[in-house]
Amino acid sequence: MLRLLGHRLLQLIPTIFILSLIIFSLQHLLPGDPALALAGENPDPETVAAIRARYGLDQPIFMQYLYWVGGVLTGDLGLSMRHNLPVTTLVLQKLPVTLQLAIMGIVLALVFGVVGGVIAAVRRNTSIDYAANVVSLAGISVPNFWLGIMLILLFSIQLRWLPASGYVPLSVDWRMNLATTVMPAFVLGTAIAGIIMRHTRSAMIQALESDYVRTARAKGLSPTVVVVKHAMRNALTPIITLGALEFGALLSGAVLTEQIFAIPGFGKLIVDAVFTRDYAVVQGVVLVTALFYITLNLLADIGYILANPRLRS
Amino acid sequence: MAQPAIPYIPFSQLFESRVWRRFSKTKSAVFGLVVVLIVVFVAVFAPFLAPYDPAAQIWTAVRQPPSALYWLGTDESGRDIFSRLVFGARASLMAGVISVSIAIALGVPLGLAAGFVGGLVDGVISRFTDAMLATPFLILAIAFAAFLGPSLTNAMLAIGITATPLFIRLTRGQVLSLRSEEYVEAARSVGNPGWRVALRHVLPNILPQLLVQTTITIATAIIAEASMSFLGLGQQPPAPSWGSMLNSAQRFLSNAPWMALWPGMIIFLTVLSFNLLGDGLRDAFDPRSKT
Repeated sequence: MLRLLGHRLLQLIPTIFILSLIIFSLQHLLPGDPALALAGENPDPETVAAIRARYGLDQPIFMQYLYWVGGVLTGDLGLSMRHNLPVTTLVLQKLPVTLQLAIMGIVLALVFGVVGGVIAAVRRNTSIDYAANVVSLAGISVPNFWLGIMLILLFSIQLRWLPASGYVPLSVDWRMNLATTVMPAFVLGTAIAGIIMRHTRSAMIQALESDYVRTARAKGLSPTVVVVKHAMRNALTPIITLGALEFGALLSGAVLTEQIFAIPGFGKLIVDAVFTRDYAVVQGVVLVTALFYITLNLLADIGYILANPRLRS
Repeated sequence: MAQPAIPYIPFSQLFESRVWRRFSKTKSAVFGLVVVLIVVFVAVFAPFLAPYDPAAQIWTAVRQPPSALYWLGTDESGRDIFSRLVFGARASLMAGVISVSIAIALGVPLGLAAGFVGGLVDGVISRFTDAMLATPFLILAIAFAAFLGPSLTNAMLAIGITATPLFIRLTRGQVLSLRSEEYVEAARSVGNPGWRVALRHVLPNILPQLLVQTTITIATAIIAEASMSFLGLGQQPPAPSWGSMLNSAQRFLSNAPWMALWPGMIIFLTVLSFNLLGDGLRDAFDPRSKT
């Protein structure tokens, strides 16, 4: 198992190196002088000169990359021109808000997705199965920003049950926190629930058709025990891995969801940065998201190895 | 894991094939195909189908609810929503097709090279693919669009580049599974150069999988374009786009909810249809994938 993990870790080195090259070269897509672009709107010459010196923009491109990577490795993702704060500080401020939404979203997705998928598999080729299929495909196809707008229309404008936008931290008032996050979390979870439901259904169908489930049935075990104890246990291992991977995708969904519900998280940070031309923030968010995703991927692999005795030896 | 190879069917024999029979028996797939064809028709013939100029502002008819005069109502500048939806189909479809064409044009040759040449070439291309796939789709597309500048062309470019690794990975996987097939080995043993074996013998056999991936990626690209236009990074006003229509609708939710209803419904229906079509094609090409 250690060899397998070591191999995975070694593979990550070139991946992260290429990722750093892609993110670094983004700033060279900017037309004109990157120092001018990085300095924001109407910069004074001193600011431009300071940026040029800070990022080594007057040096060869290879040296510029080394400066940038050197900064990243010491936790320096650059300076936000708009907030006049280190990008690392901004990211650390916003990340917990998005993480809360993402955790709520993935929990909702796992509950709906796994329950729906198992029921669809057990009731295969019945109207329940077809309905579950339609719901899961609709979940995957619905644009989540539109779903968010429709929920605001129903629950905030028509019924007046929930606030349309804003965010109250958990530490201030847990009820208001729940009220402000339940709709965005639902929107985030919808697409993932659809994907998880489809995978659960097909994994469960495979498990239900396998020999060991037939044996369990032949022994006279009750249908509930067969489904829950025998089939689900094997079918759900890859689903947990999938859940870990989709958790990373939730960060992508958060970009739109946070914009609609005016939640000051990670997604809103990148959108605001795009419009204020705060390029260091854009690069920082992309890098942190990617590293987060790579880590989740690795954890999913470790989880998979631990859950699969054949890989452990 | 790569899917098993599927026999290649020439286009002339497509409608008589078992694949077509299986496809046409799946109602949801046929529904998807019909809706996709309608959207294509609407996009092509938009000037003949739209009752009004999509950019014409009628200040005496601002935020009118649906009526006989304005079938789906009007927006905050008195523009006819139905006409804007009809013309918006062009932006969405163009974004879907062009960005996926970019992804195919870049991804398939790189995937073929990775699978065929192997060694260092495969290592570099695969790590590049891993690095791109490590960043969530929309965040990477937004980042590209941020640095390229907001416009529909740049959004399509950004989506195309971001979708490229999907095609590299698919093509590479397929090539690896076909490399040891007898007909590929035979083509190699008679002295065909690698590129010829890849293009003449391997590529035609992976077309079904590429077609399925293309259909599903078009759905993803349409949502991505709508998302980027919603954020203001895609189609720029006053040109109509389903995503940007939703953006302006957000400000008038309480007094003009119809502004938000229709563009979202159309995006949903179009994306759903591409997904149904993709699912139907996959099941028709490879019935074993159906569970």
